[in-house]
Amino acid sequence: MEDSIAVRDLVVDRGGRRVLHGISARVPRGTVTGLLGPSGSGKTTLMRALVGVQVINSGTVTVLGRPAGSPELRRRVGYLTQAPSVYADLTVRENARYFAALHGRGAVDADRAVADVGLAEAATQLVGTLSGGQRSRASLACALVGQPELVILDEPTVGQDPVLRADLWARFHAMAATGTTLLVSSHVMDEAARCDRLLLIRQGRLIADDTPDAVRAAAGVDDLDEAFLRLIRASETGTDDGGRPVGTDGPGRPARPVDAAAPTGAAGEETS
Amino acid sequence: MNPRILAATTGRILRQLRHDRRTVALLVVVPSALLALVYFMYVDQPTPPGQPSVFDRVALVMLGLFPFVIMFLVTSIAMLRERTTGTLERLLTTPLAKLDLLFGYGIAFGLAAVVQAAIAAAVAYRLLDLDTAGSSGLVIMIAALNAVLAVALGLLCSAFARTEFQAVQFMPVVAVPQLLLCGLFVPRDEMAGWLQAVSDVLPLSYAVEALQEVGANAEPTGTMWRDVAVVAGATVLALVLAAATLRRRSG
Repeated sequence: MEDSIAVRDLVVDRGGRRVLHGISARVPRGTVTGLLGPSGSGKTTLMRALVGVQVINSGTVTVLGRPAGSPELRRRVGYLTQAPSVYADLTVRENARYFAALHGRGAVDADRAVADVGLAEAATQLVGTLSGGQRSRASLACALVGQPELVILDEPTVGQDPVLRADLWARFHAMAATGTTLLVSSHVMDEAARCDRLLLIRQGRLIADDTPDAVRAAAGVDDLDEAFLRLIRASETGTDDGGRPVGTDGPGRPARPVDAAAPTGAAGEETS
Repeated sequence: MNPRILAATTGRILRQLRHDRRTVALLVVVPSALLALVYFMYVDQPTPPGQPSVFDRVALVMLGLFPFVIMFLVTSIAMLRERTTGTLERLLTTPLAKLDLLFGYGIAFGLAAVVQAAIAAAVAYRLLDLDTAGSSGLVIMIAALNAVLAVALGLLCSAFARTEFQAVQFMPVVAVPQLLLCGLFVPRDEMAGWLQAVSDVLPLSYAVEALQEVGANAEPTGTMWRDVAVVAGATVLALVLAAATLRRRSG
């Protein structure tokens, strides 16, 4: 399967501190990939590097076959920032129509994007008067309105009602089914199970790059939260609880070599 | 630049302004109210024969300077908000070109300034008996040009402010020296040489001279057009510098 994102040895410093320590990862086209990790682990920095707004120290970031930040990518990639970046002094509809216009789309597309995130009722409301969850959905509508091939969403479901959250994940999978690639960050592990693939990042290093089932299998537990804990511990000691070697070069190595990301056995069925 | 994106951006900025009714009311009412204040301050002052009245002299320059001061502040804050709320970073990941954004602000606030200047001019000429040798249309044109200059300077200065408090402080830094040295308080040729030299490189000096040319001459003069060209050139320079401060990539 072709990759929408290929990151190789990415090193990024922010504010004099190393945030990403040589990350290598790939995201296959037409999947929903979760970028999981605690707050401060480097998720947002990695996403900023993917959309080309982050100054990087070294490494390569290839997005849809082009270097990240290429002008041509700006019409093919949608980006949702972590803090809702919409105009508080415009209505939901006006925001969506503006971002639609930037992507050469019309009012119909804008209204559909607003309805798709469940804000049709609030379309004529000023964004400044919305609740936090609604505001972040307004921002999401603006990221999706251009119908991009690659969608990078920084914590899109924080603060959302559980029913809406399920709806949004269903929508993400529907988009992936039509060939769109989604990279969705979260610090909530129960969202990890909804992803086709997972990238677990901690302290700027990739701990795992696999399907949820393969991650469970590698850690030897069914609970993903527990699995991640074991993988983190294992990456720190060099072996996991089952005695299997996971990255023999100590901290900073992924649980599986990224180049061998092709999943093993039944665990890989989900990606196909 | 892309005409569709530029038009969408201009429309978006005007829509934001429209939703802020109090700001619109202040933009429309305050210049006229202040002109009336100046009128009543000078209404009983004698006018030396053969010279324009103090009100004519002051009101003419005020008409041109309101849009400058107000649009500088409005733009600095608006652009700072784009930076701090993350909308700027997001815009720079879309097909929008930097100049689409900068020209969008210039056109949107330039149009707002034309409306503001036209209303203030109508009040000044009709109700307060302002008298200028040249046409009021030229006064409004120069006022609009000053506004666009202020937008360009505001876009540039917002890059150097981290907070709204700082952005507001750039008003005295950028605008007040220009107001003091533009020839309104002391004629430029009566200033000390070094002050004149400073005044010579400040664009507002030319804007005020252009207004004074309109006040004294029935037809537009060569000096006025030269001054207009200088202000327009300063605007372009400020916009280019502002574009250079907009970085798609940041640390």
